[in-house]
Amino acid sequence: MLAYQERLRDWALRRLGNLPSLVVVPNPTYEPIGKDKSVVSNNSFWISLNLNAIDLSIRSILQEKILILDGAMGTMIQRHDLTEEDFRGERFKNHALPLKGNNDILSLTRPDIIKEIHALYFEAGADIAETNTFSGTTIAQEDYGLEDAVYDLNYESAKIAKEVAQEFTEKEPHKPRFVAGSLGPTNKTASMSPDVNDPGYRAITFQELVDAYTLQSKALLDGGADIFLVETIFDTLNAKAALFAINEVKESEGKDIPVMISGTITDASGRTLSGQTTEAFLISIRHSNPMSIGLNCALGAKELRQYLQVLDKKSDLFVSAHPNAGLPNEFGQYDETPEQMADQIKEFLEESLVNIVGGCCGTTPEHIQAIANLASQYQPRKIEQHVG
Amino acid sequence: MSELKPLKLSGLEPLVITPETNFINVGERTNVAGSKKFLRLIKEESFEEALSIARDQVEGGAQIIDINMDDGLIDGKEAMVKFLHLIASEPDIARVPIMIDSSKWDIIEAGLQCIQGKGVVNSISLKEGEEEFFHHAKKIKAYGAAVVVMAFDEVGQADTYQRRIEICERSYTILTEQIGFPAEDIIFDPNIFPVATGMEEHRKNAIDFFRATHWIKENLPGAKVSGGVSNISFSFRGNNAVREAMHSAFLYHGIQHGMDMGIVNPALLEVYDDIPKELLDKVEDVLLDRSDEATEVLIDYAETVKGSGKKRENDLSWREQEVEGRLTHALVKGIVDFIDADTEEVRVKYGSPLTVIEGPLMDGMNVVGDLFGSGKMFLPQVVKSARVMKKAVAYLLPYLEEEKAKNNSVTSAPKVLLATVKGDVHDIGKNIVGVVLACNNYEIIDMGVMVPTEKILDKAIEENVQAIGLSGLITPSLDEMVGVAREMEKRKMDLPLLIGGATTSRVHTAVKIDPCYAGSVVHVLDASKSVPVTGALISETQKESFHTKTKKEYEEVRTNHANRQKNKNYIPYNDAKLNKQVVDWEEHQPTVPSFIGNKTFNDYDLSEIRPYIDWTPFFSTWMLKGKYPAILEDKVVGVEATKLFEDANVLLDKIINNRLLTANAVVGIYPANALGDDVEIYSNNERDHELATFHFLRQQGKKGKGISNHSLADYVAPESKGVPDYMGGFAVTAGIGIEKLIEQYKAEHDDYNEIMVKALADRLAEAFAELMHEKVRKELWGYSKNEKLDNKELIKEQYAGIRPAPGYPACPDHTEKPILFGLLDAEEQTGIQLTESMAMYPAASVSGFYFSHPESKYFGLGKIEKDQVIDYAKRKGQSVAEIEKWLAPNLNYDI
Repeated sequence: MLAYQERLRDWALRRLGNLPSLVVVPNPTYEPIGKDKSVVSNNSFWISLNLNAIDLSIRSILQEKILILDGAMGTMIQRHDLTEEDFRGERFKNHALPLKGNNDILSLTRPDIIKEIHALYFEAGADIAETNTFSGTTIAQEDYGLEDAVYDLNYESAKIAKEVAQEFTEKEPHKPRFVAGSLGPTNKTASMSPDVNDPGYRAITFQELVDAYTLQSKALLDGGADIFLVETIFDTLNAKAALFAINEVKESEGKDIPVMISGTITDASGRTLSGQTTEAFLISIRHSNPMSIGLNCALGAKELRQYLQVLDKKSDLFVSAHPNAGLPNEFGQYDETPEQMADQIKEFLEESLVNIVGGCCGTTPEHIQAIANLASQYQPRKIEQHVG
Repeated sequence: MSELKPLKLSGLEPLVITPETNFINVGERTNVAGSKKFLRLIKEESFEEALSIARDQVEGGAQIIDINMDDGLIDGKEAMVKFLHLIASEPDIARVPIMIDSSKWDIIEAGLQCIQGKGVVNSISLKEGEEEFFHHAKKIKAYGAAVVVMAFDEVGQADTYQRRIEICERSYTILTEQIGFPAEDIIFDPNIFPVATGMEEHRKNAIDFFRATHWIKENLPGAKVSGGVSNISFSFRGNNAVREAMHSAFLYHGIQHGMDMGIVNPALLEVYDDIPKELLDKVEDVLLDRSDEATEVLIDYAETVKGSGKKRENDLSWREQEVEGRLTHALVKGIVDFIDADTEEVRVKYGSPLTVIEGPLMDGMNVVGDLFGSGKMFLPQVVKSARVMKKAVAYLLPYLEEEKAKNNSVTSAPKVLLATVKGDVHDIGKNIVGVVLACNNYEIIDMGVMVPTEKILDKAIEENVQAIGLSGLITPSLDEMVGVAREMEKRKMDLPLLIGGATTSRVHTAVKIDPCYAGSVVHVLDASKSVPVTGALISETQKESFHTKTKKEYEEVRTNHANRQKNKNYIPYNDAKLNKQVVDWEEHQPTVPSFIGNKTFNDYDLSEIRPYIDWTPFFSTWMLKGKYPAILEDKVVGVEATKLFEDANVLLDKIINNRLLTANAVVGIYPANALGDDVEIYSNNERDHELATFHFLRQQGKKGKGISNHSLADYVAPESKGVPDYMGGFAVTAGIGIEKLIEQYKAEHDDYNEIMVKALADRLAEAFAELMHEKVRKELWGYSKNEKLDNKELIKEQYAGIRPAPGYPACPDHTEKPILFGLLDAEEQTGIQLTESMAMYPAASVSGFYFSHPESKYFGLGKIEKDQVIDYAKRKGQSVAEIEKWLAPNLNYDI
């Protein structure tokens, strides 16, 4: 277990930039909207058959071609050399805590930059843009004291991305663009204790996660997201809470938004941080009936391949991958070039492993362009009936 | 038929159940309803040990583990959450899927919120109607779990073929059509009920289950079938030969009909093909209801097949090897027959006795050490190996002295001193540690029991030992150990100190002992851990880093402990008293005992005591895990357990036939009434003369709704009710005369029989306590005159009333013992003596109280607060400091 804990800390440092605080997050004041509907009906079953227009169009496009997901947001933001004042903007001018590094807040304070980044990725050939909301839960925003801004942050992020997507769809109707509302893992974990001496302790409960994800997914939906993307899953229980919340929001709103799920295999052990193998992870989330299952982050394309092969073989869902630009070098930077990364991804395509492909940490529009050019020459993976 | 989807489950790893996977075995021992031990551990909050049960199950082949916390005395939700959290931290356990087993929805939902994999809910049913069924199923689907559905509806549990299939079909339709529940995630439990009960209506219980299973598989596509198999043989409890045959025959037919999974105790399962033809025929006649007389025939036949021992032959081919090979063989197999001759041969061959010890003998012992370390040998075997080694060394001793006289430079093995601390008399565990260490090339200086600090430390210096190991079983010994550590610090010693014994713990060692001593202090969980720990403490290359690591680790434990205490919820003593157990004194009129006063039973016939022995703890003394009698057939330890059991019975025969041990007992029954949390004992029925007062403690942990804060005092009628009640006490021993036996075995270097005789005396004392308790219930007090229980039911405590012992969880204060002994005149009557730490000598002794009320139950006191300690000290007329010293492990605050 010690090994898990060390891996967790190490990984969290790399991915989230700071050590998760060990304080239990108080329940946000927000009232969850997806309260149990007590009417006995076969509503949800009906919905799952009667897919809405977006779902149908994405699913039909996915039958035809490989869709391209965009690349890293953080890497692009860094190019702007922003100051504390940029992050604060007018709205948080007098906020008590420093906000520099809280990329998600830029959707409110520097929407121009976020819009520009979405446009660059669409320009490069991306079909799907991820909203700038990786840390957009009350749990992750607690470190900045911005729990109250969470709804706005997600709503605006989805709205900005949707505006840019519509612009491009109008320009190129043959290539519709979509917005995936990104739900990150938060900086706390529901199946592991942050305290090695007290393995029974938990810094967060399932219900607290459900509450936080309910707020986030509702805001993303209201802002116009076409897809939910539950990503960078290092603890499947956190993801199950997100999927539980999404399910409730979908039911209460009466909308069936397609869901993409993407896990993270942390290292060569081939397991998630919380210890599951790729196949166990797939089985654990399958009940949510997502559109796609995939892997992202932590590893480069080269290391990811063997785990994608498992998903390809075992899954009756579309498969996605958005790896990092290689493994970080000794300075923690990703230095795989677009050509090098495309070379690795070529292997996925030749083996017909994926339906959706893009980039995570360290990737840029140049990477996405190289990947998009390549992917256009290949057929998407076909879903076998009765897999497994 | 189109291809059906498999049932896919997951823990950290996947479990995919297809028609080809044959039968999935669900582990059942982490179930408080099914395992008394698990229940006790959860009640005592010994979650660490409870985890080891889960681990054993997974290692033993369970593919799913069923976890159930439904018991009136525990907060099921809290226990479920805590246990699942802990399991999540153990990759060896968490790799399999979890079955969350409860009849309470809030426990199920709390459990679902803790598991990252896809588990199974066990169970839901139409019992409370369609609406509740619908809601629960829908939630389960959203949480992403499979579900066991019981064949149970608003009317009751399905007990015919027709009812079974009707309820299953109705459930299936609601699940698949109204909720969209994946059919492959539905597991039906169509109820396994006992057969051969003698009741006409039970004759078709097995066959109806089979037919229903077949129907489900044919008509409800995708659904699976499961069941609790051991129910079927309920009428043959106590006859494992028949039960095992019934289980495997039932499974054989169940699987033929499509049963996918089930809850089976693998230890109670015979291989179908190995069931004797005659027995199998009769069992199948019953299961398949093939004849009207089937039940009677099987019952008659059952009497003739109550387990028979397997024969073993003597194979002497190993004698043909070279002498070194023979020594290794003798050491590994524990054979002493040829050891002197072989040792002489090898001594002549090598020329020097020391070379023999360090060469071929140690080589052999290294093989033993490796096998033990890798779990391929078990403790009883290792102890026998040590006996061979000691014999060989004893044979070489004169030659060694001779060699030593010639040249003084004889190097020797590192020495470790072991002692049971002052006031404590228990030493089986310490002896085992000594043997295991000796097997790994340490020289052991064993100072025995009740050794004062001064003596331990003087001897350590005199013998120039490398480490000191302290042992103790009763709680006051913890304080003694702290004293030893303090004294070592005062003397500026730097020897490593090892702490072991039943009441010791890593937390106590870290919080109380470690800070007193700058040298290394390490808690050793069991004998097998003593080797690596001692090695690391002594090794020149490792000791520095091990010391630093352990100190740091204990520092963290202390910080953690300090933080953890604050998290616990406790209520004021006065509130706890208000939340006492409301015991019914209207309906229940206490029985008037046949006599008032004490009765002594000296030199009791041991052969009468013998059938009362509970063998399970005997095996755990020898570090063999499992329940008797199933342990004798255990896949891993069965062979060794059987040998050990045979040896034990041989020695027991000898003890009984030659009257080598004497068993004495005294019991007393007196008029008594509770006054607050005290119980007053009167000399006569007029209740005008008080003989003694017993003082009891009350739980102070915050309890869930409807759960009381227990105290033993609640089980005696309060004075205010005007109900004349009674209370009893007892002290029994089976250890009079044991010293002579021990001395004899010591002289023969026979650790095996030395440990054996102590372990047997302990068992006899416990059995004697069981026997006397029965006598009290049926005759002496006579409140259960019509009780008829076999030994298995006695062990399960299925009788009315309890006999808690002072110093144990319900009443942890050892200083009530002198009051009890005074009342019973126990020292005089039985020869049991109390040490200054209130341990009983001989160690094979038991004492306690008798409570007769049918609602009385065992419980653990847990931690208490200062307000109660102050009140308790006042009641006992002792200082608060004195009470705190004795109750240290139960205090919810630091002194």
